[in-house]
Formats: sequence, C-alpha cells, structure tokens
Amino acid sequence: MELTAPTDIVKRSILAVQEYTLLSVRSLTNIFAHPRYLADTIQQADLIGFGSLPIVVLTGTFTGMVLALNYSPTLERFGQISITGQLVSLSMVRELGPVLTSLMVAGRNASGMASELGSMKVTEQIDAMRALGTDPYKKLITPRVVATVFMLFFLTILSDLVGLVGGYIISYFKLGIDTFQYWNSAYQQLTYNDVITGLVKPIFFGFIIATVGCFYGINTKGGTQGVGRSTTQAVVAASVLILAVDVILTQFLLELR
Amino acid sequence: MSPSVPQLDIQPAPKPDTVHKAIIFEDVSLQFEDMQVLNQVSFELKRGETKVMLGVAGSGKSTILKLCLGLERPDSGHIYVLGHDITTMTEEELFDLRSQVGIVFQESALFDSLTVRENVAFRLMEEHLPEKEVEARVREALRFVELEHTVDMFPSSLSGGMRRRVGIARAIITHPEILLYDSPTGGLDPITSTTIIELIMKQRDVAKTSALLVSHRLQDGFMLASHYYDSNTNSMKSIEGRPRDVHTSFMILRDGKIIFDGTALELGHIEDPYIKEYIS
Repeated sequence: MELTAPTDIVKRSILAVQEYTLLSVRSLTNIFAHPRYLADTIQQADLIGFGSLPIVVLTGTFTGMVLALNYSPTLERFGQISITGQLVSLSMVRELGPVLTSLMVAGRNASGMASELGSMKVTEQIDAMRALGTDPYKKLITPRVVATVFMLFFLTILSDLVGLVGGYIISYFKLGIDTFQYWNSAYQQLTYNDVITGLVKPIFFGFIIATVGCFYGINTKGGTQGVGRSTTQAVVAASVLILAVDVILTQFLLELR
Repeated sequence: MSPSVPQLDIQPAPKPDTVHKAIIFEDVSLQFEDMQVLNQVSFELKRGETKVMLGVAGSGKSTILKLCLGLERPDSGHIYVLGHDITTMTEEELFDLRSQVGIVFQESALFDSLTVRENVAFRLMEEHLPEKEVEARVREALRFVELEHTVDMFPSSLSGGMRRRVGIARAIITHPEILLYDSPTGGLDPITSTTIIELIMKQRDVAKTSALLVSHRLQDGFMLASHYYDSNTNSMKSIEGRPRDVHTSFMILRDGKIIFDGTALELGHIEDPYIKEYIS
C-alpha cells in the first residue's frame, strides 16, 4: 500500500474544509435565489420529519425514563425525590432532547442523504442534472438543508415532551411521585434561557446534519464502495460535529444568562 | 515632455470562426492530480457535422464531452461552444447555454426515481412549460426513439438499449443545436447497437444537428460515414454510388493528444502504424 505524504493529507483536509464551507454558503444563499424547489422541500420534510417520528419518540421516551431512574436514588438519599421532574425537564430541554434527537436524525438522514446523492454522483445523475440546466445545489441540497433545519426544530420539541412523559411514567408508577408535583416541578424550574438553549441548538444541528450528509454524498468517488464509505463518513462526521458544536453553543448560551 | 512609449507591433489574436463552427477547442489542457488527461488539444466541429471520436480507454474522449458542457474546466486553453467562450463563463451562465446542447451519457444517467416521462420531460418541467405542451413533446421525443409505450415505466424496468434510447429522447427534447454522445453503443449487443446508430443517423440527417460521438467501436463510425437516413423508407441506406455528403469525420486520441482528425477516406489511407493497428 502506498503511503500518503503528510503535506498531501493537510492539503486534502484544507480543501475539504473549503469545499464544505462553499457548499454550506451556497445552500443558504440559494434560499433567496430562483428557482425555489418548494415541492422538493416539502417532500424532504416529509421524509426527514415524519419518517423520523418513531425513532425520535422512542428515544425521547426512554431517555426521560432512564433519567428519572438514575436521579431517584441520589435524590432519595437527600430527601428531594419531589424534584425529579425538575431534573428530568432541565436535562431533556437543555441538552439531551436536542443532542439525542440530532444524533438519531443524523444516523438516519445524514446517511440517507450521503447514500442517495452518492449513488446519483457515481451513476452520473448529478452531471446529467447539470447538463440539463439544473443546479444540483438548488434542486438537491438547499431543500434538504431547509427541511432538516425546520423539521429538527419540531422533532426536538416533541422529543422534550415525550421525554418528560417518560420521566413521569417512572416517577408516578415506580417512585410514587404525585402527578401535579412532577409536572409542577418540571415546569416551574424551567427558565427562559433553558428553553431558548434547547430551541437554538436544533437549528445548528439540523444544518450540520444536512450539509455534512450532502457534502459527503456529492463528493462521492469510487463506485458502490465509495457510496458505502461516504455514508459511514457522513454519520461519523455529523455526529462528532454535533457534539463539538454543542460544547461551543452551550458555553455561549450560558454566558447569555 | 513625457518619454515616448515604443509601439510594439503586436497583432491581436484572430477571432475564431464561430459562425460556421459549433465547437472550437484551442490548445486545451487538463490534468487530474498527476495525470495529464488532455495535452494542448485543438479541433473544430463544423455546424451540421458529426465527429466520431475514437481511442483506447483513458485517452480523454469522455473528458472532451464534459468540457464541451462546462461540466469540467480546462487548466488552460479556450473552448468555444456556439460562439461562447465557455472557459470564461460562470456556472449560472452555463445553465442557459446547456439548453442548446444535449448529451447522452455512457450509462444513460437516467434519474432512477423518476419515470421515463419525467426523465424525458425534466428540462421542460424545470422551465415550467404548460403540461399539455410537455406531454406532446415527450410523446414526440419518445416516438422518435420508438419507445412511446414506456412512458410510465421506471428506468430500472428497461433494458440497457432502451435506457440508452430514453437518454437520446431526453437529449433531443429541446431540439438542441449540438448533441454529445458518450459511448452510446457501449456494452450493447450488435442489433441494439445498430438501432442506436440508426437513431443518431436519423437525428443527423433529419434535424441536421452537430454531434460529437465517443465510441470504442470503429464500425459505428464507419456505418455513420457510409450510410444516410432515408425518411421515406424510415431506414438507413448506403451512400455507395450516390453523390451524398453525410458530414461525418473522425478524430483519434492517444494519451490526451489528437493523433488523427480527418475524413473516413483519409483514415483509410493513413500510414501511422498505431492508427493502422487500431483500425485493423
């Protein structure tokens, strides 16, 4: 196997960052340019949003349940079992709702986008589209970016809600916490900043999922093996980028408190 | 008093003849990483002419077609398509020009999630033409390739030859001035290949379209150079004994360079040992 020179690796990495940045900028500027593909955007919203509902609902519910279970022994030791709702709601709304929903959607949709666009690339369908006078960035990428950002926002809200319901199920049936007490503590302790934090994150994460998925898809090389490689890389890169951006966003939003 | 500036006797480069030429390549070079794909390639395609490009795999034939559409950009040189220097045009400007150039890809490159109708009508639907007009033109294009019955089928349920014919229908639906064929008979059986060549001939002789055709099969080129399409009998006929110019020439590439550009007659009398071996 031939070894790659370190300078070549650096050059390729810089080129990839440059191309990703260009793709991201174009996907945004195209929103304001004609033609706009509304039908394609709605179709993608259906595929990404409604298609991801089961996975998001299940993940949210189980996460809420696990949170309640994990917090209960510690809270019980300090006689503070009544604030289980507060801890579940804070964890879900600020952090786990947006991050876990994004990771689930990344696993499902960044891979889907990379494989779909990758297959189109290796079978020359992307070139055919350009040859037919259609900008693939406008037709394929911008609708996916808009649809993912829009739908992830609502999927996160749903995930937060079902997470709280999951926490309630454990609190009521296993820990014996009163319904009013759980929901009151969950609601009362949430601040405006917590809600804003939880709603700003999915906007960034949705953008990352769609742009990373499309970037790996549209730059696929090497036939069907290349499509497989792009799919894996898209999920890995999107997940890592979500977690890295989460740190920066959390720090930034905490400073706004 | 300002010092006098010496006058240099530099003549401006002559403008290429874009009135009679559909495509002009001027010293075009292209390199992919360490590989020189095209090296100072210059040729012209006259309006109404069909040029058959031959050469072994990797000689740069398909790249020339992609360069004609601006799908690839050259490292140096100029490419004129229908009078426009496409090397200086932006991608946005190229989208308009591409409506006058049709391409048939090697593996058809049909959109597999769309039906034959949607594939053929793709460009018309993007232009938001009335549905009735779209339907009429789709039918016309599919009738030309004798595949009207496949209108509601998906590409996956078509044979290789049928997909290639749908690709031709998609390319000709806007009545382009130039057609680019990338190995239209590659991987097809001899009978289907002849059907495809007959369609290309029909397009050449009926619509008088300029065309660049990439092929690995020498017989495709010779069939185009020695036959014409008879619209009365709806079949191809040999030009033998008839004073008829079928406007078909040949170009052979080797390692990114043009080693032959001329007529079938000139190709038959060539002395170059490589070309002799290639055409034998």
